[in-house]
Amino acid sequence: MSPRPGFVLDVDRSTPPTLMWHGEGFRLERLPTGSRIVYPSEPFEPIEDADFAIRQALENPMGDSAPLSALLRAGMKLTIAFDDVSLPLPPMRAPDVRQRVIEAVLDQAAAAGVDDVVLIAALALHRRMTEPELRHALGDRIYDAFAPHGLLQQHDAEDPENLIHLGLTDQGEDVEINKRAATSDLLVYVNINLVAMDGGHKSVATGLASYKSLRHHHNVHTMQHSRSFMDQRHSELHSSNWRMGRLIAASGVKVFQIETTVNNDPFPEQFSFLAKREWEWNLRDRAAFLAVSASVNRTPERIKRNIFNSMRSPMGLTSVQAGEVEAVHAATTEQVLREQLVPVEGQADVLTMGLPYICPYNVNSVMNPILVMCLGLGYFFNMYRNKPLVREGGVVIMSHPTPWAFDPVFHPSYIDFFDQVLSDTTDPKEIETRYEESFATDPWYIHLYRTGHAYHGVHPFYMWYWGSHALAHLGRVIIVGGDSSAVHRLGFKSASTLSDALEMARDVVGPHPSITHLHNPPMLMAEVT
Amino acid sequence: MKALLFERSLPRYAAARAASSVAPGSGARLGPLHLTEVEEPALPGPDWRRVSPTLAGICGSDLATVEGHSSRYFEPVVSFPFVPGHEVVGELADGGPDDGARVVIEPVLGCAARGIDPSCGACASGHTGNCERVAYGHLKPGLQTGYCSDTGGGWSSSLVAHHSQIHLVPDSMSDEEAVMVEPTACGIHAALAASPSGTALSGATVAVIGAGTLGLTVITALRRFLPPGLLLAGAKHPEQRRLAASLGADQVLDPEALIRGVRRHTRSMANGAVLTGGADVVIDCVGNAESIDSSLSMVRPKGRVVLAGMPGAVKIDLTSLWNREVSLAGAYAYGVETVPGRAPARTFDLAFELVAEAGLGRLVGARYPLDRFPDAIAHASAAGRRGTVKVVFDLRPASRRPTWRSA
Repeated sequence: MSPRPGFVLDVDRSTPPTLMWHGEGFRLERLPTGSRIVYPSEPFEPIEDADFAIRQALENPMGDSAPLSALLRAGMKLTIAFDDVSLPLPPMRAPDVRQRVIEAVLDQAAAAGVDDVVLIAALALHRRMTEPELRHALGDRIYDAFAPHGLLQQHDAEDPENLIHLGLTDQGEDVEINKRAATSDLLVYVNINLVAMDGGHKSVATGLASYKSLRHHHNVHTMQHSRSFMDQRHSELHSSNWRMGRLIAASGVKVFQIETTVNNDPFPEQFSFLAKREWEWNLRDRAAFLAVSASVNRTPERIKRNIFNSMRSPMGLTSVQAGEVEAVHAATTEQVLREQLVPVEGQADVLTMGLPYICPYNVNSVMNPILVMCLGLGYFFNMYRNKPLVREGGVVIMSHPTPWAFDPVFHPSYIDFFDQVLSDTTDPKEIETRYEESFATDPWYIHLYRTGHAYHGVHPFYMWYWGSHALAHLGRVIIVGGDSSAVHRLGFKSASTLSDALEMARDVVGPHPSITHLHNPPMLMAEVT
Repeated sequence: MKALLFERSLPRYAAARAASSVAPGSGARLGPLHLTEVEEPALPGPDWRRVSPTLAGICGSDLATVEGHSSRYFEPVVSFPFVPGHEVVGELADGGPDDGARVVIEPVLGCAARGIDPSCGACASGHTGNCERVAYGHLKPGLQTGYCSDTGGGWSSSLVAHHSQIHLVPDSMSDEEAVMVEPTACGIHAALAASPSGTALSGATVAVIGAGTLGLTVITALRRFLPPGLLLAGAKHPEQRRLAASLGADQVLDPEALIRGVRRHTRSMANGAVLTGGADVVIDCVGNAESIDSSLSMVRPKGRVVLAGMPGAVKIDLTSLWNREVSLAGAYAYGVETVPGRAPARTFDLAFELVAEAGLGRLVGARYPLDRFPDAIAHASAAGRRGTVKVVFDLRPASRRPTWRSA
């Protein structure tokens, strides 16, 4: 049976309460009659023989690329770059797609007699992955074969010795990327595409770039002119990466892009109720929900976080395509949108959403308040094409505990950004003008990024910029059930219940607001007409 | 006359200490401080005047005393029983010259007040806060008015002051501003201790820990008399943060965030909890083990920590001070100051000027009659949390007290 597509439910008196994520927990909320709930499609069936599909893709490339086997030869310099720990979410059950793909590439490289092979985690300005994370993404066999010899590297955007400036785009954007990757005879990029923004030229132009290069598109202007950054047709982020990618190609860097999509099936069996429509819950779903809820309510925060972070997703491979970057990415995007796109008529006055415990930047750590903002107003708000789910001047209501908590190892500059920048201003443009450079060039943050597991000093700024379009668009942002001090520091309003939040929203949008709820998981992208 | 009297009573002192350890601010109910009728203090000599206090502040050292936390260091330099209160504005009330004039008391009981002639070296050079004779002369021991059984103190309706202690209050100055002169003088003295050589700090980073009365007056004084290149402040409570910013701090942070702010602004690295670089000067206006430790962690090598808050007995690790060759300096009271670009001036003269210019009378946030002293002490102990800076006893007749509208 083919999966049912996403749809919009009109809430009436018979509609059961709606399940919302609330960090490492859930809330069942009854939305007012007349509200709408946007449900994603059911997960697509995964490919049965993933390894076969991968080999097929490598030998049947898209665009003007030759098959991978034809590009490999003895004596060549081969670099394989791969997406980092920020994808997929949650981390998938072993074997990870990256492991499957890279093993296939390495088999072919070995058959062709390629000796000079280096693997690079395409971190951009993200934190370095830990050994367990690398082992999980690549498998023990690859890790043990490459890491001890220094052949498994993590991109260092602050290593001047291993960066190369390839030139300026016609818009004057610096293109500076990893030297090993750029000077290889072949750069194979292995991607996992979870949302429409991922992949394409962004893989190399962002994942292997320096701050000098990234700052041209990771900025307030770009994000406010990407409507949305999930929609390639109207994304300045996308356009900038494409200009850079084309310059990279024109500079002679030969990229063989391998993109994969995974299905919308993020949580294991015991959490299957999360992705079900509430009126279809059976006895087992209800029991599972009650058991999980009771358990998380009784569990201390840190232990609860560890339990959720140890969760592995059963998501399966739904497509793999390889070859020339743009041709590959067109096919990938089509596959992502086929599963995630849901038509929605009209914008609402109020958009509600439950935010989970995880986003791309807090894998294996706490979701700090800046990341709460980024997930809600950066990612979820931007999951649209054409126009946002909420009207200009409308209200977003997010449910999340928003603890005043930070991981000092992963997010040291976030702590200072929260204490020293947001206490002064929440205006993205002002923040960018007054503070970005000092954080980006801070030697302590650079040291922690290069030698520890810290996100780059500028990273919290990017998270804030990610939500800058929403901040400019919205009349108010309300967080339900959050730490009120942390919420206020973000510049948002705090409410203890959804009813209170809706009451507060009425002050902004009027007494009888239209309400749309963005249901997740899994993920969806709204086509708003 | 009515006065709050502090008597030597070890059981009561211990009770206050125990009570305030559990519930800060509760020491006044159980401790040696009590409201009673006492004889007005006699005039010790011809150069002495009688003063009727109108407003008398409660300061951190008063709280430490009342709550049983003051250091045993003070035992030889106070005399019991005494009437506390050294932040005083009052009126001359003995029929002498300028009778009825408003005055502020400079409370240090130095050589002049004690009839010691010749004066000690410190007093001779105007640094009365460093007087070497505060337990000698014709007065009983007492480093200040408010700690000496012969002079009385501000928490009463009458005290005596030597003419060298008396400063006339200009008509343009309100009582609230006048009562802020003494604490402001302390703040100025601590601020100027940041540069003992009297050189400007225009390129320096200065961090101030604490934003109670002392911290806020230090910030104000730094901005006015010794403006640093960057002035960072650590403040715990919202009203303190607001005031610190309005009085001249470039950035105000939560106390635990201050060291990270200093690190970032000075582009320092860190060795464990200690910065490799740091602020040129840290002024600690709290004075507990945690704040001193924090000061030593955020000051640069060869930098200077000014200890302005009264510390008491603390346990701290001084290894970083030794290893990084940090100077640790105390700052107490007042005397004669060197302000860059100006002639040497008495701290109190600078304080009158600064209080008026910065409108520091606004820091007086709560007034209590003497008979509500337990409430006053409790309020002062929780001043920051309750959005107040300075709590005072108001000894004026009801007709002269501000109404809620004018207040």
